[in-house]
Amino acid sequence: MRFSAFALARNALTFHEQWPKLWRSPRPQSKYDVIVVGGGGHGLATAYYLAREHGIRRVAVLEKGWLGGGNTGRNTTIVRSNYFYPESAGLYDLSLRLYEGLSRQLGFNVMLSQRGMITLGHSTHQLEMLSRWANALNLNGVDGELLTEAQVREWLPLLNESTTARYPVRGGLLQRRAGIARHDAVAWGYARAADALGVDIIQNCEVTAFLRDRDRIVGVETTQGIIRAPKIGLAVAGHSSVLAGKAGFRLPVTSYALQAFVTEPVKPVLKCVALSMATGVYLSQSDKGELVVGGALDLYPSYAQRGNLPTLQGVVAGLMELFPCFSRLRMLRQWAGVVDVVHDSSPIIDAAPVKGVYLNCGWGTGGFKAIPGGGFVFAHLLATGRPHSLATGFTLKRFTSGALIDEASAAGISH
Amino acid sequence: MLQFECPYCGRRDEPEFRWGGEVPLVRPGPPQLVSEGDWAAYLFFRDNPKGLVRERWLHALGCRQWFVVVRNTVTHEICSTSRISDPTPEVRA
Repeated sequence: MRFSAFALARNALTFHEQWPKLWRSPRPQSKYDVIVVGGGGHGLATAYYLAREHGIRRVAVLEKGWLGGGNTGRNTTIVRSNYFYPESAGLYDLSLRLYEGLSRQLGFNVMLSQRGMITLGHSTHQLEMLSRWANALNLNGVDGELLTEAQVREWLPLLNESTTARYPVRGGLLQRRAGIARHDAVAWGYARAADALGVDIIQNCEVTAFLRDRDRIVGVETTQGIIRAPKIGLAVAGHSSVLAGKAGFRLPVTSYALQAFVTEPVKPVLKCVALSMATGVYLSQSDKGELVVGGALDLYPSYAQRGNLPTLQGVVAGLMELFPCFSRLRMLRQWAGVVDVVHDSSPIIDAAPVKGVYLNCGWGTGGFKAIPGGGFVFAHLLATGRPHSLATGFTLKRFTSGALIDEASAAGISH
Repeated sequence: MLQFECPYCGRRDEPEFRWGGEVPLVRPGPPQLVSEGDWAAYLFFRDNPKGLVRERWLHALGCRQWFVVVRNTVTHEICSTSRISDPTPEVRA
C-alpha cells in the first residue's frame, strides 16, 4: 500500500521528503511512435489511452512548463454534458461517462462530485430556450430535467428573492450527473497511469520548431534536443495557433483570457453548480468551502494568463445580482487561462493540413469537462489515422464546408 | 485596466472600446469567383499571434470611430494607435 494512514505517519518522520514519485522524469529518447505536445489534461489523457486502448507505449508527452500548469490548473473544475447537438452530446457524454469511472480506472481519486448543475432561466423566452434544450438532451439520451421556480429555490435557497430583481429567476434546467472534479488530480491521475504504462512524460521541454522531410513533419526540435516521431499530436489549447504557425498553417482559433475567481472559504452554502443565462456567471462551492466563480471572457485576444478589471467587475456584478448575500465575501484569488475559441465553440479533432501532425484544439472555454473524452477520441485518431465514430463531425474541414456544430448559440455558451 | 489613445478623443478606459479583429483583412471578391477555401480563410482563419498584433478597435462608447491598434497579446502593452486612413503601422514579429 503506497498510500495509507501508516504511510502518512512514516513519511512524517522524514518530513515528507521520501514519498515515491508518481511518475518518472526521463530524458527524452531520440525517437517515439507518437509525440503528444502539451502535458495538460488532454495531452496526458491522450497518452494514457494510446497506451491502454491501442497498445502504443512508445509515447512522449512534451510539456513546456510543468504538468497541468496551463488551463488544466486554471479552470472552474465543472464537468457536464448538457450540449444541444447530437454530435456534441455523443462526445461530451462519453467524457462524462469516463469521468464517472475515472477514479477507479486510474486508481487515483479525482474527487468527482456529481452534485448537479442548474442553468437558470430569467424570462419566458429563456424558459422556452431551456425546454427546447431539455428536449434535445432527452432525445440525445443525456439526462436533463426542467425545474420550476419553486424547485430551483429549493436547490438554491440563497438566490435573490427580491421582487425588484433585475434578473428574477423563473425556472431552470438541471443535469443531475453534472458536477465538479479535482482538476489537478485529473492531470496527476492520468500522468501516473500513463507513466506506469511506459509513457515518457517530459516537463520543461518546449517545442521550438518542427522537423520536415519533404512535405511531411517527422519530429520536433525542443529545448531538450531533437525528438522524432511519425505522428505528432498537438494538445496545447490556447497555444494551438502558435504551434500551427511553426508548422506552417493557420487555424480558425482565437486565443482569449478566461478569468476565474475564488472567494474566502465558508461553510456549505451552495450544493450544486449554478449558471445564469442572463449574466453568464457560473459558480460552485469547492470542497474547501471557497466559491469558485467564472463568467465572461476578456473580449480581445490574449496570451497573458491574466484578465483585466472590467471583466472581473462585470462577473462580480452578475454574482451580486444572483446571490446578494455573497456581497460580504472577499475574493482570495483571481487568475486566467488562455482558451482556444473557435467560431462554433466545438472542438477540432482532426489531421492537420500538414502530414504527420494531428490536432486536438478548439475546446475553448470548456476543455476541462472534455478531458477524458477528448483524450479518448484523439488517441483513436492518432492510433488508427481515422476519426473515432463519435468525432467524425469535429473536423477542420467544417469551416470550409459550412457544416458547423454551432454550440456557441445552441447550448447557451456565453462566450 | 487598459487605456487606449483614441486618435480622435484621446486617452480613455478599456470599457469604452470594442475589439474588432486582426488587420489587414481583405474581403475576397467578386463573390462568384471566390473558392470555399478563400471564404473560409477570410471568415475564420487567423494568425492569432503571440506577441505583437495589428488590429482594429471601435471606440464604441465614444466617437464611434474605428481605428488601428498595435498591441502585444502577452503583455497587453498598447504600442501605437492610428487612424484607419493613416499609413499602416509596421509590425515586426
